[in-house]
Amino acid sequence: MTTRHDTAAPPVKEGGAAPGRPPGDDASAAALQKRARLSRRWQRDIRWSPYAFVSPFFLLFVAFGLFPLLYTGWASLHQVELTAPTDMNWVGLRNYTRIFDDEFFWNAAKNTLTIGVISTVPQLLMAMGIAHILNYKLRASTFFRVAMLAPYATSIAAASLVFVMLFGRDYGMINWTLDAVGIDPVDWQNDKWPSQIAVSSIIIWRWTGYNALIYLAAMQAIPHDLYESAALDGASRWQQFIHVTVPALRPTILFTCVVSTIGASQVFGEPLLFDANKGTSGGAEHQFQTLGLYLYEQGWVAQHLGRASAIAWTMFLMLIVIGVINYVISRRLRASS
Amino acid sequence: MRARTRTARNRAVVLAAVASLGAGLLAGCADDGGGGSDDSPSGDSGGKTTITLGLFGTMGFKEAGLYAEYEKLNPKIKIADNVIQRNENYYPPLLNHLTTNSGLLDVQAVEVANIAEIVNTQADKLSDFSKVSGVDKSKWLDWKWEQATTKDGQTIGLGTDVGPMAICYRTDLFKQAGLPTDPAKVSELWAGDWSKLITVGERYKAKAPKGTVFMDSPGGLLNGIIGSEKEKFYDASGEVIYKTNPAVKAAFDLTAEAAEKGLVQSQTQFQPAWNSTIANNKFATISCPPWMLGTLKDNSKPEAKGKWAVATAPKSGNWGGSFLTVPKSGKNVEEAQKFVAWLTAPEQQAKLFKVQGSFPSAPAAYTSPEVTGAVNEMTGDQPIGTVFATAAKSAPVQVIGPKDQIIQQGLSDNGVILVTKGKSAQEAWDSAVKSIDNKLDQ
Repeated sequence: MTTRHDTAAPPVKEGGAAPGRPPGDDASAAALQKRARLSRRWQRDIRWSPYAFVSPFFLLFVAFGLFPLLYTGWASLHQVELTAPTDMNWVGLRNYTRIFDDEFFWNAAKNTLTIGVISTVPQLLMAMGIAHILNYKLRASTFFRVAMLAPYATSIAAASLVFVMLFGRDYGMINWTLDAVGIDPVDWQNDKWPSQIAVSSIIIWRWTGYNALIYLAAMQAIPHDLYESAALDGASRWQQFIHVTVPALRPTILFTCVVSTIGASQVFGEPLLFDANKGTSGGAEHQFQTLGLYLYEQGWVAQHLGRASAIAWTMFLMLIVIGVINYVISRRLRASS
Repeated sequence: MRARTRTARNRAVVLAAVASLGAGLLAGCADDGGGGSDDSPSGDSGGKTTITLGLFGTMGFKEAGLYAEYEKLNPKIKIADNVIQRNENYYPPLLNHLTTNSGLLDVQAVEVANIAEIVNTQADKLSDFSKVSGVDKSKWLDWKWEQATTKDGQTIGLGTDVGPMAICYRTDLFKQAGLPTDPAKVSELWAGDWSKLITVGERYKAKAPKGTVFMDSPGGLLNGIIGSEKEKFYDASGEVIYKTNPAVKAAFDLTAEAAEKGLVQSQTQFQPAWNSTIANNKFATISCPPWMLGTLKDNSKPEAKGKWAVATAPKSGNWGGSFLTVPKSGKNVEEAQKFVAWLTAPEQQAKLFKVQGSFPSAPAAYTSPEVTGAVNEMTGDQPIGTVFATAAKSAPVQVIGPKDQIIQQGLSDNGVILVTKGKSAQEAWDSAVKSIDNKLDQ
């Protein structure tokens, strides 16, 4: 339909009539008017229908994205309790200023950072290695690729429950294995670093395959002659990897870094379920409470929606800062190459 | 022509997509009139009135055949329920539905840990039972009735079960440790004073069967002691007093002492690891409301059956129990009230106890054969009904407050458990207080 509109009334300035149709000499005024009306209607159609076609997304975004975002900002300036969400008391910026000396917030921020590093760095390195291996001609390569993605398709809840069992202090399989090689049992749930490593391992398990597939896709787009000429120059497999594969993957690596950073800042399900009974407190001493958990604890356990909103916005602002840093670094990298 | 039909069809598809998305959006935002009619069978269907219940955990009305019985008595009524396993997943949405006054079912259950908050903040959304015909205050334990009653005398929920606390112990382990095994004699060992329980623990430890600990967890012991105090975290005027209440600090210190002496396992209740200690017969005693026998049964190996016994706790207290409320915005308020009144009557509570082990909150049921003659798989042929009935009747009328659960959990999960990890009692207390105060501060 649109193409026919184009021939009938090409996009012209507002008020312009369809070209090539000079006002008829003996056409009646009524016919002229009718034509002008139709032409106006077509123009309106051309001008506004695209907006109508994209509107569903924006309507949904406004209802479920923008409005909650703004309302959260408004709520963060109030004292609001879950028991009476419409009963708001203006407190100005108090919910933000108190964050500065809220040791639980900064503890959660530190945990988010350390869990993020412990989980993201090994995860991306392993993903790269696995992708490199899968990039060779292998028997049953599709099987391996699907197997890589299986953890990603598993629900966090189910995976976390299994990991809780594995990491059990008294009856866990990991401590049992450690014991077999003569290492003392580790209290994976209650000690600070073991618990963070355990939570990170759930994240690593879940996301490594996903990142490996992204790397693999990018690797397969690298022209084969690059490897051939490198081989002709006498480059070993390892040198090929370092000097051909990695440089060609740079944009992909950047992408996975950004996505993993965002993911790491939002870690929630794994630590929540790692000690389901202490739930949102993230362990007896909050030793693996992430910002996401702390936000949830304030909002839904302690029922302080105002404080939770302020935490949410502070997290949002922190993410923007991290995003800017990411952008600056990536520009530097691009400039240096 | 072909192109034309295709574009026409495309347009139709786009239109349909837009329409359905828009409709979904509108439906999502629209007020559904408070009936929650989208996802639950409700209202009149085929001339029958359907009463819907929102429940959590295993309340067991259906399993005890009570729905079928009521439907038989009232042929025009149909009953449907919607059960969510864990209260922590059930309660926040319930609160949301109450504050927005939509999406509520005809009957909503409330746990005792949340009832004070509901009474204080949501009473205007719930119907008053005190004047419903057939509801007689004197049928319930005083304290149970009071817990669901507002300051101005509205009773917004009827009590179902209570959790009168006893101490369950392993007769085989007690015997090996040279302690008496007869419930009456065991009760006497610690009668009247929780610190005597610690003394018995030390006696147990001196001759303990290898690999076993006296008690299951610090949290369980703390729950037991605090549950038997008249005042715990709030005073009668509603002020938070947990930090200054000597009874709370004493309970905390006594539990910490037990932890320092190695009389409790370093475990948090209801965690998988704690469940394993039940299966592996790792501890000898546990603070034990009637429903705890169900937890023991679910996690035990068959050979543990009949090896448990129930002794009276040093001081009687209560742990757990629920209420049924009827929201005013429900579709069948009157029918729902009638049904709840019937469901919580002593006869039905007694039936529920027999099948489900939920202990009645109506004293009239305590003399019924279902209670007096009750035995449990885990405790062999010991009649356990009277032990719990005595505890229920002598439990104090406890002052409860809206944030009891946060304070209780803070004291055990962010507090006394740390003593088992080598922290001093004072450090553990400070850590708990800091965590609790942060959650209480609005």
